[in-house]
Amino acid sequence: MGQVLTIAWKDLRSELRTKESINAAAAFSMVILVLFSFVLDIAGDSREFAGGLLWLVFAFAGALVLNRSFAREQPNDCLDALVASPLPGWALFLGKAIANFALLAIVEAVALPVFGILFNANWLRFPGWIALTCALATWGMTVIGTMFSALTVNLRLRELMLPVLVYPMLIPVLMAAMKLTTSMLTGEGVTADDWVWVKLLIGFDIIFTSLSLALIDVILVS
Amino acid sequence: MSAAALDVRAVWKYFGDFPALRAVTLGVARGECLAMLGRNGAGKTTLLKILAGQSSPSQGDVSVFGQAGRTEAARRKTGVLGHGIGIYDELTARENLELFGRIYGVPDAKRAALDWLERVDLKHVADARAREFSRGMRQRLAVARAFLHEPDLLLLDEPFTSLDDRSIALLQRLLAGRLAAGSTVIMSTHQLREAMELATHWALLVRGKMVHKGERTPEILADPTWVYRNYGEDS
Repeated sequence: MGQVLTIAWKDLRSELRTKESINAAAAFSMVILVLFSFVLDIAGDSREFAGGLLWLVFAFAGALVLNRSFAREQPNDCLDALVASPLPGWALFLGKAIANFALLAIVEAVALPVFGILFNANWLRFPGWIALTCALATWGMTVIGTMFSALTVNLRLRELMLPVLVYPMLIPVLMAAMKLTTSMLTGEGVTADDWVWVKLLIGFDIIFTSLSLALIDVILVS
Repeated sequence: MSAAALDVRAVWKYFGDFPALRAVTLGVARGECLAMLGRNGAGKTTLLKILAGQSSPSQGDVSVFGQAGRTEAARRKTGVLGHGIGIYDELTARENLELFGRIYGVPDAKRAALDWLERVDLKHVADARAREFSRGMRQRLAVARAFLHEPDLLLLDEPFTSLDDRSIALLQRLLAGRLAAGSTVIMSTHQLREAMELATHWALLVRGKMVHKGERTPEILADPTWVYRNYGEDS
């Protein structure tokens, strides 16, 4: 576990020094939220679709963070140095996933209050549920994004390829997160019918985390 | 305990249809310092990447210290300095070495990092970011990274590139120290004279084939280009 935290610390420290992707992701999410607030009629019942809009913003902004995950290792061939070290592939993957999760959480923490103001949405009505939904869905996005960041790191068009590959894989996560968030924003809260979406998020996270940990060594060593 | 540090048996590596390595067989004993020679594109870097576990062979077997394949134990005993220096530009020199010290399980990574910064003459810039360093300073930091955990096997790809004469002397001193401690060194290089001063053995790759491996003799030390004249494509 020490090596996992070492990698997470390294990625967070590098990113927080340059703020390359986090600034871009936060600014992008703000711009999209502001633009949508002009386009959509927030005087009407925007809460019906605001949950969907929120998760689209998180997904698009997230791609900016996730794209940099393994790309950060390219200058000076740092990935080669890590692959040649005794660091297990799973530790490298988990460390990077934890760092990406933290960065996405920061972007979400910045975007959520702005979203609440612009769309007149009371997202604090069910704080526990919104935190759980964000945590589960963000981990799902992080795992898939980190995995595909490793897969596409040597591609010339990786900035283009990552979203193309990642978004179709994220459909179950985004559907579940949108449904749950909409239930909370409309004031219904999470009902017994919504539990299937919570279970879907948990199942997705477990399956894709396990798959990624099992496959990462094959991906890293050509 | 096996006497061989490295055992490479009939290794092929294809990039598409192109064979970068062709049935390479090589044995390196513990304590040996092997200068791996060859023109550009001969396959030196490809072979070193396979030995370092950064790439897998298309065919054939590699064992490091008697253990087949890419084991964690073998990687812990190996220090690698490749074409890329493996240094994070956004971290300071001290942070870079502490990071790799922790990854390699060095008991006191902070102390070891400072100790190695002093040995490569970078202690005065320990808290400066690596991106601010000159090319030679970055190469010295990379050398410290590769030596930090006092590896039993050192794999060096063009280690003398970008170094001035003072830094070359420093690297030669450090390598001589590791050899005296019983480590095995394999280095690919075009700088024949610097390499031959340390080498106990030399090997020559020509278009992916290992055409010769033997002891370094006094005549090679006197005139390193003898190697290419007698065994290389010039012969």
